[in-house]
Amino acid sequence: RRRAAFDDDFFLELEEILIAADVGVKTSAWLVESLRADVRKKGLTTPEEVREALAARILEVFGDDESRFRLTFAPEGPTVILFVGVNGTGKTTTLGKLAYRLKGEGKRVLLAAGDTFRAGAIDQLRLWGERVGADVVAREEGADPAAVLYEAVDRAQREGYDVVLGDTAGRLHAKQHLMNELRKIVRVVGQKLPGAPHEVLLVLDGTTGQNGLRQAEVFLEAARVTGIAVTKLDGTARGGVVVTIQKELDIPVKLVGVGEGREDLLDFSPAAFVAGLFGEGEGRTP
Amino acid sequence: MFEALTERLERAFSRLRGRGKLRERDVDEALREVRLALLEADVSVEVVRDFLARIRERAVGQEVLESLTPAQQVVKIVYEELVRLMGEAREDVRWAKSPPTVVFLVGLQGTGKTTTAAKLAYHFLREGRSPLLVGADVYRPAAREQLETLGAKAGVPVYTRHDVDDAVRIAREGVARAREEGRDVVLVDTAGRLHVDEELMAELERMKAELAPHEILFTLDAMAGQDAVRVAREFHGRLALTGVVVTKLDGDSRGGAVLSVRAVTGAPVKFVAVGEKLEDLEPFYPDRMAQRILGM
Ligand SMILES: Nc1nc2c(ncn2[C@@H]2O[C@H](COP(=O)(O)OP(=O)(O)OP(=O)(O)O)[C@@H](O)[C@H]2O)c(=O)[nH]1
Ligand SMILES: Nc1nc2c(ncn2[C@@H]2O[C@H](COP(=O)(O)OP(=O)(O)OP(=O)(O)O)[C@@H](O)[C@H]2O)c(=O)[nH]1
Ligand SMILES: [K+]
Ligand SMILES: [Mg+2]
Ligand SMILES: [Mg+2]
Repeated sequence: RRRAAFDDDFFLELEEILIAADVGVKTSAWLVESLRADVRKKGLTTPEEVREALAARILEVFGDDESRFRLTFAPEGPTVILFVGVNGTGKTTTLGKLAYRLKGEGKRVLLAAGDTFRAGAIDQLRLWGERVGADVVAREEGADPAAVLYEAVDRAQREGYDVVLGDTAGRLHAKQHLMNELRKIVRVVGQKLPGAPHEVLLVLDGTTGQNGLRQAEVFLEAARVTGIAVTKLDGTARGGVVVTIQKELDIPVKLVGVGEGREDLLDFSPAAFVAGLFGEGEGRTP
Repeated sequence: MFEALTERLERAFSRLRGRGKLRERDVDEALREVRLALLEADVSVEVVRDFLARIRERAVGQEVLESLTPAQQVVKIVYEELVRLMGEAREDVRWAKSPPTVVFLVGLQGTGKTTTAAKLAYHFLREGRSPLLVGADVYRPAAREQLETLGAKAGVPVYTRHDVDDAVRIAREGVARAREEGRDVVLVDTAGRLHVDEELMAELERMKAELAPHEILFTLDAMAGQDAVRVAREFHGRLALTGVVVTKLDGDSRGGAVLSVRAVTGAPVKFVAVGEKLEDLEPFYPDRMAQRILGM
């Protein structure tokens, strides 16, 4: 009799919870389908058990190798980390917060003002540099961003900086010429310092819907993205599209933004993230 | 038009054909496909639910049940209802009887408020008006500098203060300046904020109470997902939005959040932004938006 509680409506409701968290139709349907199998196989009887089984399913998508979710640093010489993504997602802010964290770990950090396009972008990065006590390499508005990155890497090598954090202009992935510009930046950095950039972080706005998958696909191809920073999870958005990105493209999430202040940056924890998907807390990743 | 959805519906209906005349159950099968299409476009789950109820009402009438081309018929109904929901006619800015017309730009972080303020100012300037931009974002690093740079590019003066961190005061002084100078429209750029940020939402309420703006425009990122409906409801509940500007429509997102926001606020979309440059601002066409959401 209790089993009868898990009718189609029950599963449809679970599916809608996932969709409402931006997990997407396809992934949500897939998750709920495999959950049905679990319920049968394991003879689950209470809604709590079923919820737990669903959370476990999602956690499986992320895998249990925690090291995948950490940033990697060059064994010697400067580590170069580039921030890429569509407009307004939080690239510059996340860069500033990471600079603050790395400074706190005693690293010498150099910021590169690779967004030479957007009005005020260079000023914004300079202010972050002041705020966290990091040096900044910048040229004038309109300068070639690849040249700014080249100069920053060169200076880091000569002056012994540990990390270069490179800002880039926001760009929609559908714009071929802007994606080509990004390819050039990555290429130039790699020519200057073999192995660089060591991380290319796609900064994904946590309020983004299903377009996030497309962003990840295109930036992965053009800029060989190594990780995702998902931002703005201090609101009520859940950022569920990263589940789909993880499943389809296997790009690990490495950082989580939970505010505009310099300390509002977290490491990614799959368990906390999945709890957030179901609305525990305010979607926050503690 | 709408190949993808029409095809899916045709497939759904062809499974049902051969069993004689379509029944209500068959229409429901088709509506499941419509539901998927809307959810894939990021229309909010709750808005989809209400929307489908309306579609169903029409679809189970004679129109579809007796049609020889039920798939096209359903798509046509969905399309018409989408257009209807988004407002058939274009709505202009509500101009003040005695200038200046005061316009606020509000919304979540990074959605395009500052850029849109500058684009609107540029647009009004070219219509022969005399706009003033006001930089009242005292939080984001270099927000005021950003607006000053954009204003200089647009050829529109910017009022702001770097020595004051009271946004309401800057906005008040900006509107007073516009009045003194006989300007006819003031665009107030405000800081991005979360709908759950009590302090900052209260700041906007105070700004509204003091300045009685004629327009409060909400910037909606076309890439926004399911949370948009909640955000819009909060902003609308506290400020009574008068319009929406959909930004970043130059991308390839389907933009279903537009439908959600429209459904919960009733506020018309007044402009769409299609790029980063000053001239990348266009009027809103409900029919184009409907086509986009349906994935043509
Ligand atoms: N609430 C919240 N706001 C954030 C977070 N990260 C960034 N922001 C805000 O989002 C807005 C955009 O951030 P930026 O860092 O300028 O974004 P960007 O990707 O560099 O933008 P462009 O360079 O214009 O493409 C700013 O107002 C930030 O303060 C976050 O984790 N939470
Ligand atoms: N491609 C594209 N980019 C846009 C559009 N509108 C704004 N942007 C970009 O989006 C980013 C954020 O725009 P802003 O105007 O700074 O957004 P905002 O809402 O003022 O941001 P905060 O003040 O930080 O909350 C910038 O990179 C803009 O150039 C648009 O219609 N299309
Ligand atoms: K955004
Ligand atoms: Mg930036
Ligand atoms: Mg702004």
